[in-house]
Amino acid sequence: MRIYALLILLLSGITAISQNCNSTLSGAIIDLHDNTVLTGATVILAATEQATLTDLEGNFSFTDLCDETYLIQISHPFCLTKVYKVKIKGVSEKTFYLEHHLEELNEVTLAGKAYGTKSKTIMEMNISKEKLEQYSSGSLGDILNSLSGVSSINTGNTIVKPVINGLHSSRVVIINNGVRMEDQEWGTEHAPNIDINTAGNITVVKGAGALQYSGDAVGGIIISEAAKVPVKDTLYGKTLVTAASNGRGSSLASQLTKSYQNGWYGTIQGTLKRFGDFEAPEYILSNTGVFERNTSFRMGINRFNYGVEGYYSLFKNEIGILRASHLGGAQDQVRAINSDRPLIINDFTYTIDAPKQDVTHHLARLKAFKKFEGLGKVTLQYDFQQNNRLEFDIRRGADQDDASLDLELKTHTLLLDLDTQISEETYLKTGIMAGYQNNFANPNTGVRRLIPDYEKYDAGIYGIAEYRLNESLLVELGGRFDYSFMDVFKFYRTSFWESRNYDELFPEIIVEELGNQILTNPQLDFYNTSATAGATYQFSEDYTLFFNYSLASRAPNPSELFSEGLHHSASRIELGDLSFNSEIAHKFSMTLQRENEVFSFSINPYINTINNFIVIEPTGIQQTVRGNFQVWEYRQTNAQLLGVDIDASYVFAENLSFIHQSSLVKGYDRSRGEALIDMPPVNTKNEIVYQNKKIKNLRLALQSECVFRQNEFPDNNFDVFIPETQTTEIVDISTPPDAYHLLNFNSSIDLKTSKESSLTVGFIVTNALNTSYRNYLNRLRFYADDLGRNFLLNLKINY
Amino acid sequence: MKNLKLLPVLCIASLLFIACSNDDDATPLPVNEEEVITTLRVTLTPINGGTEIILETRDLDGDGPNAPLVTVSGNLSANNNYRGKILLLNETVNPPENITEEVIEEAEEHQFFFTIAGGLDVSTTYIDFDSNLNALGTEFTLDTRGPSSGTITFTLRHEPTKPNTGLADAGGETDVAATFNVIVE
Repeated sequence: MRIYALLILLLSGITAISQNCNSTLSGAIIDLHDNTVLTGATVILAATEQATLTDLEGNFSFTDLCDETYLIQISHPFCLTKVYKVKIKGVSEKTFYLEHHLEELNEVTLAGKAYGTKSKTIMEMNISKEKLEQYSSGSLGDILNSLSGVSSINTGNTIVKPVINGLHSSRVVIINNGVRMEDQEWGTEHAPNIDINTAGNITVVKGAGALQYSGDAVGGIIISEAAKVPVKDTLYGKTLVTAASNGRGSSLASQLTKSYQNGWYGTIQGTLKRFGDFEAPEYILSNTGVFERNTSFRMGINRFNYGVEGYYSLFKNEIGILRASHLGGAQDQVRAINSDRPLIINDFTYTIDAPKQDVTHHLARLKAFKKFEGLGKVTLQYDFQQNNRLEFDIRRGADQDDASLDLELKTHTLLLDLDTQISEETYLKTGIMAGYQNNFANPNTGVRRLIPDYEKYDAGIYGIAEYRLNESLLVELGGRFDYSFMDVFKFYRTSFWESRNYDELFPEIIVEELGNQILTNPQLDFYNTSATAGATYQFSEDYTLFFNYSLASRAPNPSELFSEGLHHSASRIELGDLSFNSEIAHKFSMTLQRENEVFSFSINPYINTINNFIVIEPTGIQQTVRGNFQVWEYRQTNAQLLGVDIDASYVFAENLSFIHQSSLVKGYDRSRGEALIDMPPVNTKNEIVYQNKKIKNLRLALQSECVFRQNEFPDNNFDVFIPETQTTEIVDISTPPDAYHLLNFNSSIDLKTSKESSLTVGFIVTNALNTSYRNYLNRLRFYADDLGRNFLLNLKINY
Repeated sequence: MKNLKLLPVLCIASLLFIACSNDDDATPLPVNEEEVITTLRVTLTPINGGTEIILETRDLDGDGPNAPLVTVSGNLSANNNYRGKILLLNETVNPPENITEEVIEEAEEHQFFFTIAGGLDVSTTYIDFDSNLNALGTEFTLDTRGPSSGTITFTLRHEPTKPNTGLADAGGETDVAATFNVIVE
């Protein structure tokens, strides 16, 4: 734009011939959107060598002009540079209106980049709107799975948790619309409570570098942001309909946005998803249906200098858990694992019975920002979240229809952030955070609390400085300190309390002894420091090198501290440890990126060394009247994860391209010299894409997905005595399943495009060859195969 | 001027913040496991009179670290007929809850299995049935033959396939599995 303007200015220079030259031009520069004056705008009068800056009232003036037509160029840091033709005669006065630069506008849009850039020295990965629309009927985990270095840990196919570079759950922070999700994310069978249809863009930062969000993202951060709302008078929306053969279900997502030139806007959005039992190639996966209902509202005003936004979303999801995975004890486990097929296969149904989960998540946010001259942008945010989690097991008697787990987690957070541009080269982000969290475990379940009642207070402070040394080199440095205090009321079984020696270690926390249980009041403090340092070097037009070191500290979560009892869905007894301290991770990562129209790639090796890494592993067998159960205990160790993620794309011909990605991660327990459990196996995806804008933007893609066998795993097998056969059998819960290869087909075409509306039709086939396979990171792999072939039809209507 | 507009927002936000932190400090209520089976007691009464034999497994801490305490009150006599009765209790609550009653109420969804092993020379027969006339097994007869010793295992399955030919094709989930060393003399 500037070059274009300059060119006009240069060319126009020729016409300037001096004649009667005593005229003047004065006027003001006004912001087109909110009629505020623009100070410090550069006004250049072509061919006269005259240039001036507008004053505090936005005024400017030129003298000694001739009566003729001039070209006048106006530029402002946050505006699109514009050139106007002005006819001067005597004393002329003119007001000019400037339109904001689109990117700049979005940066200050409340709905947009809430905190500006996320991390400048870790290569971020993005999921575009198009891809989000394609996955409309899927979950957050499904879509993130499509990125290199990101895989998922699943419980069946509907509970999908993202795994970043081998780490998941509490080690992956999810930011939903600027709010850190507090949805009991510690459990592997607790899926993120996010509707991907609310997102306009999803960013993944594979590391803890984005300290403005958190200091405990040992694995990484996932940031979901809403689509940007333009500042103009308009009304638009879209509806996405997906029908799928597998699960015989469909999803409907719709949204409508109204915005005004004066900055006001509002969006309403809703999603409805319903699927019945999904199917493996050879059988029905009984009780795996899902019923999801979400809605969200957003309203606000976005001006250049200030803005306010309110946001509310409701997420409600009912998920069936494979019936055959609900087991009694180790003997049942032997039967289930030794059987090729699930032990329970019923006819297809949409009904979701126990075992199931029913989760409701409310999220409300109020946010305001204001730009202060000389200080920067100040953002204040308050958010409230309420997560209600119900888990239903197969129960007996009067409790049959009652939940076995009923937790209500409420979180309040207050954030104050300041973004300052200290100089042309230096940019500073600072902020403070305060939070209060309350967990209430409903005692009416008739099952001892899995997670105790607690109150948690958090306070944090951070600062990140970014300094551009020259055109090609940028360095970033940041630090964060977090304090958290937990006030817990926990009932311990007396037998456990004594077997752990807690009666000698923590006698002071006992509140009350009640027969076979002891009520205790642990009060825990955690002081966590985190830091980041990195550099980005662009050493040619195409090549960029990212280097980052991050220090992350994560306080143990309630499950790691307080678990004590049978975890039904895992058919094992899980024991936490009250004396845990924070996990501390040092991650070095480097990315070499080539961005080019023909051949692009990125190679991202990393090494993550984690002290006091909390792992859960089997330690023995416990006898109960119900039979034997394996006992898994949390312990702290030193772990190390190493890996590399590769992305590449090559454009063969005008419409034909090839996309490759692969990831490798190795995890080791350095204290014991063995492999870590649940590390994603090596996988590689290769895709050929044909896209032709001329034939209604037809896109055809064929993807091959190859997942190798995980060959490094700890041996957690155990023996169990089977009374009816008088034999001892090995329960093989360690051996990973074989490698597999899937073929997926994806196509879309823009059918009708008018000025007001467009229709895009997509047809997708996943697991096209109907391959039977099991995935190492699916916790139900012992009991059933993964999903079979699925045909999906997508319709997208924009209006 | 415009800063002032932020003020109410800030105030409301901080109000909410403070209002919510004032939760009451009452201690939570204890939860007594309602479904846990702590005790399985099998009473074997000789039909023609004689000493009652009681087989019991008792695990008062449920899923806790303590193992069940298994007791057998005495030896069975050879060539005798016993009438067996199973009692399931949840003794974590006071008074103890009789779980057998629940099992009988949901007879169609439950079944006890008796596994004789290790050379024990006895046989069992179901004498109680659900409404579909399929075996339930809270009551049974046990007939001993010559002197022998071995184990007898009582397994309670929830939602088994009914009818079935035994544990192998019963399916369902194991609610109770208790093994006793028994001597017939």
